[in-house]
Amino acid sequence: MDAILLQILNGLDKGSAYALIALGLTLIFGTLGVVNFAHGALFMIGAFCSVTLQKILTLSSETLSATEKDFLGNPLKIKTPYVESWFGPEVGASIIDWAVPLAILFAIPVMLFIGFAMERGLIKHFYKRPHADQILVTFGLAIVLQEVIKYFYGANPIPTPAPSAFVGSFDFGPLLGLDTSLAYPYWRLVYFGFSAMIIGAVFAFLQFTTFGMVVRAGMADRETVGLLGIDIDKRFTFMFGIAAAVAGLAGVMYAPINSPNYHMGMDFLVLSFVVVVVGGMGSLPGAVLAGFMLGILESLASMNEVKAIIPGIDQIIIYVVAIIILLTRPRGLMGRKGVMEE
Amino acid sequence: MFGLEKRDTRLLIIVAIMALAAPFILNPFPTDSAMAQFNAGYPDLMQRFVIFGILAIGFNLLFGLTGYLSFGHAAFLGVGSYSAVWMFKLLGYNIIPGMVLSIIVSAVFALAIGYISLRRSGIYFSILTLAFAQMLFAIAYSDLIGRFFGTPITNGETGLQVYTSDPQYFHNENLPNIPHLFGQEMQSTYTLDVAGWSFDFSFGYYLCAIIMLLTFYLAIRIFRSPFGMMLRAVKSNQQRMNYTGLNTRPYTLAAFVISGMYAGLAGGLLASMDPLAGAERMQWTASGEVVLMTILGGAGTLIGPILGAGFIKYFENIFAKINDNVLHSWFSFMPDGIEDFMVTIIHPFVGKGWHLTLGLLFMLVVIFLPGGLVEGGQRIGRMFSRKKPSDDAADGTTTPAE
Repeated sequence: MDAILLQILNGLDKGSAYALIALGLTLIFGTLGVVNFAHGALFMIGAFCSVTLQKILTLSSETLSATEKDFLGNPLKIKTPYVESWFGPEVGASIIDWAVPLAILFAIPVMLFIGFAMERGLIKHFYKRPHADQILVTFGLAIVLQEVIKYFYGANPIPTPAPSAFVGSFDFGPLLGLDTSLAYPYWRLVYFGFSAMIIGAVFAFLQFTTFGMVVRAGMADRETVGLLGIDIDKRFTFMFGIAAAVAGLAGVMYAPINSPNYHMGMDFLVLSFVVVVVGGMGSLPGAVLAGFMLGILESLASMNEVKAIIPGIDQIIIYVVAIIILLTRPRGLMGRKGVMEE
Repeated sequence: MFGLEKRDTRLLIIVAIMALAAPFILNPFPTDSAMAQFNAGYPDLMQRFVIFGILAIGFNLLFGLTGYLSFGHAAFLGVGSYSAVWMFKLLGYNIIPGMVLSIIVSAVFALAIGYISLRRSGIYFSILTLAFAQMLFAIAYSDLIGRFFGTPITNGETGLQVYTSDPQYFHNENLPNIPHLFGQEMQSTYTLDVAGWSFDFSFGYYLCAIIMLLTFYLAIRIFRSPFGMMLRAVKSNQQRMNYTGLNTRPYTLAAFVISGMYAGLAGGLLASMDPLAGAERMQWTASGEVVLMTILGGAGTLIGPILGAGFIKYFENIFAKINDNVLHSWFSFMPDGIEDFMVTIIHPFVGKGWHLTLGLLFMLVVIFLPGGLVEGGQRIGRMFSRKKPSDDAADGTTTPAE
């Protein structure tokens, strides 16, 4: 029983990442009608925002030690990060320690800018082209972004640790009244809480603000909203920026869970597409629901008891579920009639 | 000739001459000249040209004619390779049973995948094929079927290869211990040296080239048949086809299966060149590469996919070899500062960064030249010839439908 609970918890963080990426994909698809194959690359760029900020914060000045010598007999070089020399050693050290959460602040403007630039510079010109062309051009863009990151950061994963306050794990056992311990890493809890917050914020923004209302109206009937004298394109551009930021933030916080490498985006993208299709194309709640559902299913399938019956089921469970759902409910779990029927 | 129209016959003959004379055409530079690294006339690379040409021709039969963009075509390539290697393991190194089985097995897979995926069109179809291909990749990569039955089927990460302990029922000591066609080794090569030039004529290459010509001929026949016309009708307006009371699915499914068989054949040929099969051949980046080839060359045209496949494989091999030393020797005529500057600018785009160039090139083609290299050629041709536009269709290619 508690093994199942643990797997559900484990599924939550992967499910959060799927849900966030799928949410962004659906936002772009629902507003602009574009399938963004470069969305995984945005997730990856987000993760590299963490890496970049960490590198910037640990930029160091080198001084030669007066007393100590290294093994060659030369004066020992002491590296002092600039932040430590500016803010004092203790504050500086904790700033470096908190690099990943701080990267959120750094990533939001960066991702918004990348999102706006992508939409205005490239995707805008593809609204009237066939869907195949949109897929192809964003696929090309994904390759380019990936290779640029690879050029600057190399091909190896770069470890990006979480703040030391979140190292270690939380024991759910006593909390749930179980005798056994149910250890769960703190950072994954943080990640789940963070993504729940982002998802909530996006939904609240769409539901409770005038801007969000106009966007929802535009998703339902773009032409009529345009006839009412609202510049819907401008708002959709903004939504593209938001979607990019959502994917980027998912990446920023994911960096401590899996060391970022240049192809992590592509790995997530394929699964996120499956999530979007299972949830129902164009349905925001569907994307979130399917994201968590598939994340949890994946980790349940990786239990040894399940694997003993069907070996390796954890690798393909998502695809199997996707195929079954599409065969029984061709529009996905929460897809609406008339959306992407063509 | 061959039941083709005049211009198609001309195109087929041109392609045949190019393919058969490839060892000369691709080796324009003497062996010891500085330009020799741009020679592509070595058997391994030439085989890749034609094999990926077959793959792209098949992909074009689906995407170019029906407009269904499959993002999982590499799965059939991998399935074909695995089937061929299994035939090598069980029956021996003669490639004929391997070819036959790889076509049959990939047809079965294509039928199953197509039956489900073709229930949806547009983006759904792309994503479904992508999901299926990734699933097959995961199955092959961790050998799930093999673990289920307790004996390796795809042999996981190591890849499937032939061991001396394999049964190989039809193998005897008179036959070579590498893939062969009735005793004629695929690798056997005759080298012709003419005054500084060196030309390689490989049996394997010519076999692949002849198969490629056959499949190309078949593709032309399909393009010009009523069946091909029906597929193009599906592409231009599927809804109207449905309203006229026609069930389009059998047609699209047939196109999908034919295209999968082409990919399976290509996979089988790849295994015949080098008798091992690995899961990375099925990964979705490989599927993306097929799409790149077809679009780059020109989707919906006859010659486009072959051009695209050749173009990508050529630059993949040649660009990837250019390193900083080569760059320095190119720009050595410039002053030192400018030389270093030029090398620094070009460095990210060559060698290991070749994929960056490919991605940029691909984006540029999709944005500015949706008809691919073929359309580019037509535009240039029009610029010089100043003929009436109606003559353009006579150059043996069809302009892609919307």
